[in-house]
Amino acid sequence: MSELPLWEIFIRGQHGLNHRHVGSLHAADAEQAILNARDVYTRRNEGVSIWVVPSSAITASSPSEKGPLFDPAEDKVYRHPTFFEIPDEVGPL
Amino acid sequence: MSETFEYLLRLGDSALILGHRVSEWCGHGPYLEEDIALANTALDLIGQATLWLEYAAEVEGKGRSADDLAYLRDAHEYRNLLLVERPNGDFGQTIMRQFLFDAYMVPLLDRLSAHDDPRIAEIAAKTAKETAYHLERSLDLCVRLGDGTEQSHARMQAALDDLWPYTGEMFLGDAVDAAMGVDPSALREAWLATVRQLETAGTLALPDSEYAHKGGRSGQHSEHLGYVLAEMQWLQRSNPGAAW
Repeated sequence: MSELPLWEIFIRGQHGLNHRHVGSLHAADAEQAILNARDVYTRRNEGVSIWVVPSSAITASSPSEKGPLFDPAEDKVYRHPTFFEIPDEVGPL
Repeated sequence: MSETFEYLLRLGDSALILGHRVSEWCGHGPYLEEDIALANTALDLIGQATLWLEYAAEVEGKGRSADDLAYLRDAHEYRNLLLVERPNGDFGQTIMRQFLFDAYMVPLLDRLSAHDDPRIAEIAAKTAKETAYHLERSLDLCVRLGDGTEQSHARMQAALDDLWPYTGEMFLGDAVDAAMGVDPSALREAWLATVRQLETAGTLALPDSEYAHKGGRSGQHSEHLGYVLAEMQWLQRSNPGAAW
């Protein structure tokens, strides 16, 4: 139904994780987007909380800026925390 | 035939037939999100039917299973409300039928969740949650379409007018209801309070008629049920005992 606005759906899973983007769907307004998200994205007990955001409210980086935005980080390995020994007691991060 | 068995058939058959009706939309919904939502609703209802009919089969104690009850009974042995065997019509008719049924099931399941029979109370409590969600969704859609465009309003009003004479049956009690300690007429006030939102929020007019088609709960059905059963039962009828 192309005349209905598009919504981006974020679901928070069972274990206190952050809301994660799961996909998008069409709905007339935010309330209906929540109901549709419940039916489309939480059928298998995936979530405990739903956020909906109008797709039009999201500003995305442009693919043509990919080089200037991301390439400079490639040769700066010292920015990665891979040189630290992580004690076992810390557990998975 | 025990009243409990009879009563469980009424609950199970209404869920089963409506579930089958709604499943007819699978792949034909007006848009993807609604198609999935309808399929979910159909599956919920068929799941509810399974719970009621499994218990019915146990109560009957003749070695029949829930599947036997679903697939090997003829129309006159079915005990569903006439409302749920109404044809799907357009999407407005389907969602209005759903709403009128949901608005009835919410107070009924609330009543049954305190029933003396613990198994009935358990099934009612379990199914009440998804039924509350069904009502939230069907009410939302009926209000949106009622208070929508000229065309959607006209279709919703036509659906309401068409289905209204099939709602009265839900509140007519008989000896079976009495034996189960349930008075359906006591549910009408709660039902009407929900249905009035079609007027207040959905700008639809509730028909001014008390006329009620009846008979479904005692096995007298419209011709539509035969077609539903023919499609639903043909596999078991033509290949008895077929299984996955």
